[in-house]
Amino acid sequence: MSRSRLRARLVPYLLVLPGWLWLVIFFVVPTLVMLSVSTMTGDLGTGFKQTFHWSTYSDGWRLYHVQFVRSIVYGLIATAICLVIAYPVAYWIAFRGGRHKSSLLFLLLLPFFVSFVIRTQSWNFILSDNGMVISRLKDWHWVGQDFHILATPVAVIGGLIYNFLPFTVLPIYVALERVDPALLEASADLYASKTAAFRKVVLPLSMPGVFAAVLLTFVPVTADYVNAAILGGTKTTMIGNVIQTEYFTNLNYPLAAALSFILMGGLLIGVFAYAKSLGTDDVLDMAGA
Amino acid sequence: MSDDRPADQLPPDLLRGLTTPRLTRRRALQVGGLSALGLALTACSIPGAAGSKLGLSAARKEIEKFWLNQHKTGQFRFGNWPLYIDVNPKNQNDHPTLDQFTKQTGIKVTYAEPIQDVGSFFGKVQPQLAAGQDIGYDLVVITNGLYLDKMIGLDYLTPLDQTRMPNFYANASDLVKDPSFDRGNVYTMAWQSGITGIGYDPKLVGREITSWQDLMDPAFRGKIGMFADTEDLPSSALCAIGVNPETSTPGDWRKAAAWLRKQRPLVRKYYEQDYVAPLSKGDIWASMAWSGDIFQANASGANLKFVVPKEGAPIWTDNMCIPGHAQHPLDAMTYMDWVYQPSVAAALAEGINYITPVPTSAANIIKDANALTGQDKASLKEFASDPLIFPSVADYTKLHRYRVLDAQEQKVWNSLFEPIYQS
Amino acid sequence: MTALAGEALEASLNEKPRPAPRTGRRRAGRWLLPAWSWLVILWLCSPIIVMIIFGFNNTKGKFNTNWQGFTLRWYHQLFAIPDLTSALKNSVSIAVIVTLIATAMGTLLGIALGRHRFRGSGSVNLLLFANIAAPEVVLGASLLSLFLTLGVPRGYWTIVIAHVMFSIAYVAVTVRARMAGLDPSLEEAARDLGAGPLTTFGKVTLPMIMPGVMAGALLAFALSIDDYIITSFNNGSTQTFPLWVYGAAQRTGGSVPPQVNVMGTLIFGFGVLLAVLGAVSNRKKV
Repeated sequence: MSRSRLRARLVPYLLVLPGWLWLVIFFVVPTLVMLSVSTMTGDLGTGFKQTFHWSTYSDGWRLYHVQFVRSIVYGLIATAICLVIAYPVAYWIAFRGGRHKSSLLFLLLLPFFVSFVIRTQSWNFILSDNGMVISRLKDWHWVGQDFHILATPVAVIGGLIYNFLPFTVLPIYVALERVDPALLEASADLYASKTAAFRKVVLPLSMPGVFAAVLLTFVPVTADYVNAAILGGTKTTMIGNVIQTEYFTNLNYPLAAALSFILMGGLLIGVFAYAKSLGTDDVLDMAGA
Repeated sequence: MSDDRPADQLPPDLLRGLTTPRLTRRRALQVGGLSALGLALTACSIPGAAGSKLGLSAARKEIEKFWLNQHKTGQFRFGNWPLYIDVNPKNQNDHPTLDQFTKQTGIKVTYAEPIQDVGSFFGKVQPQLAAGQDIGYDLVVITNGLYLDKMIGLDYLTPLDQTRMPNFYANASDLVKDPSFDRGNVYTMAWQSGITGIGYDPKLVGREITSWQDLMDPAFRGKIGMFADTEDLPSSALCAIGVNPETSTPGDWRKAAAWLRKQRPLVRKYYEQDYVAPLSKGDIWASMAWSGDIFQANASGANLKFVVPKEGAPIWTDNMCIPGHAQHPLDAMTYMDWVYQPSVAAALAEGINYITPVPTSAANIIKDANALTGQDKASLKEFASDPLIFPSVADYTKLHRYRVLDAQEQKVWNSLFEPIYQS
Repeated sequence: MTALAGEALEASLNEKPRPAPRTGRRRAGRWLLPAWSWLVILWLCSPIIVMIIFGFNNTKGKFNTNWQGFTLRWYHQLFAIPDLTSALKNSVSIAVIVTLIATAMGTLLGIALGRHRFRGSGSVNLLLFANIAAPEVVLGASLLSLFLTLGVPRGYWTIVIAHVMFSIAYVAVTVRARMAGLDPSLEEAARDLGAGPLTTFGKVTLPMIMPGVMAGALLAFALSIDDYIITSFNNGSTQTFPLWVYGAAQRTGGSVPPQVNVMGTLIFGFGVLLAVLGAVSNRKKV
């Protein structure tokens, strides 16, 4: 009896072992290695040595704090706009979709079957100064002759919104989908107007979804660099671009590692602060919603 | 027609620059690394490379011994940049010169285009080179500059077999023989050279562009493109302020950085290599550009012009070299010298549209032209005398190589110029 | 696509379609929601439409930016660029391998977390959360640091390792959600009937969580085949489809060869086909 009890107690650990091991070796350990690299000095010619050179962090902040702040600002703006766009769509599919719910959801996600590099390059083409859209606008004198979208923050944020919208829509959709329509009927029976029903019933119930949506949108948007690389210009460089350049063009691994850590640290602090502000202690519970 | 050959009469100061024995001894001393690549593997540190140093004649003996032990294997792997070889118009994967090579020598070529820019390619292969491993290619094409200097300095390249370079020594132009970045062609043979000048759309710009200062014209605000790198960008800025990059001083660098900073508000974007489509679409009107790119853009229907600014412009050379621990060095060596025959160089020049290292190939191009008729004949004849493919002696006085930097200077240089395109 | 994509999709696919709530009054604002949503869907599709159109562009040179006439030849010459074809092959084969490995490990994780209470489950949950929340740049860069320090050459298998690393958590979270919603009485009934733990798992548990497992697998596949950032840090000289397309566009300033457009069109068409089939089967269901 106790043997099978023991086996039963071991089962979850055995189940968890392979995945946990993989994550520890290829996620946790590399993060620690990166921490160690960030305090090394040297260059490719002479090799890098561990010197506990913590001032790389202050150097990184001094050189690139503008890009850090800019990335966070872009992240906040893009996430906010994503929420505004995504919520009505998620609501519509969840409550008005009927038997077509899964088809509509699929239709919404269909463009994301195509590689995002192709999609973003298409936007690069569509939004070009003398391309189909802007030349029409110029012809109709809706904008000045010098008007351009590409190489401005508008293009980069637009690209970010476009590419990360599904991350916003889906969590909200899942949360809304769980709302029992009987609750809405009940509120109607109690003479609540539709807006009141929404404000007092649906919205609060969807908050876990909104939280997850904000989390899953803000973090990748802030750390993205592809949109800025394809659609951006001189004043739209994000911290992701800097990290990538430091790794691959300047080959300055310690600085790149330090910048990555500052980014990750900042995001984690932001996430936990946001969770606290929503009044929940268990971030994981929220995110699992 | 082909009187303007940059072969024999070079201006004396250029000749002086080409032949000053600045780095011969240092380079040759580091060649000894062929026999032993030290590995600096400290716990928790990224391995660098340690070269060993031998005397000059001992080094030469080592190289000879190495090549005596090599045998042809019947194949080699060629890693190149994209769009940098002739292409069969009917079949994009077929490269007629490679087929010709295989037919004549029996050596099969595995051709790939993994190099997008030198920095990231170097970053990718550096660990393997440092660890003494084969990087998957026997022949690669590396631009002169910081990374080629690093590769030479770190013993990552296999020195060439000087006895197997007859075509090179017979036909190579003086620009690429014994260049400042590889004295004596110990490690490299030029593939193609190119000029970094200004490409512009004459319709949108409305006037002729003749100078780097034109890229400071407030009339082009927001319509200017510059490069995001630490070689072409600073060198062009140095030319713009009237300084020869090759002999520039840190004081000059600071002035050049100031010029670039003044220009920043007018620049739309600092491009890596992707300025051509915006230029042809009209997103930018004028940009730093590579000579061959403008050629190829015009062949695809664009109407752009390329100009070498009057203050001068950087000229760079992409070089064939054999990485360390290559598996098929002798076959690669055979190919490298084979392409220096004028007929082959002509075919390559017609396909690549950059500066060929074999000036006498112009005659072969004329011959090819005479075999055609009408418009094709005329444009090919024009091609054979185009100063962007066959620069004249006068043109060469305006073209300058990059500054060769040591480790200390690199730090200063990078700290001055990286923030310009990175912020 | 998130873990919730899987949950969302399989929730929609498996529950009975709910009737719309009856509220009685007609409002002018009723058309607002659908109009907004269709507008969004149209906006999402617009670059796709451009991509499809330029797959028919009869370009003569190397740049696919100006319309030069209609042609179908790119559909014939789909595999004319060997680097592109091998990049596509790499992407697909990597995605398949990654899906198999990540789904296996992630499913086990999800079952353990969704069903069992054990010491350390909190920290495992935290690990998964950190993995999902960490930005791609950090995941890719840190793995690169590891490979650089150990001197591991980067290539095909480092890509596989990286992709499995970020996919496990998504599969695990999807399966965990499904597992947590399961009625344990079915498994208890099986045990009462004398089934051993493996039989119970194979004949009762696994079929019940299969939609979650499938959703997780689909997710892992989609994440792997379109990944750019993490792959770009760890690929060495191996090319995958997104890497190749990005590189091609970088070199030409935004122009990709028509073959890329054609491939994108075919993938998109395949997705449309699936959507249509799904809609048709939905209609049949009710």
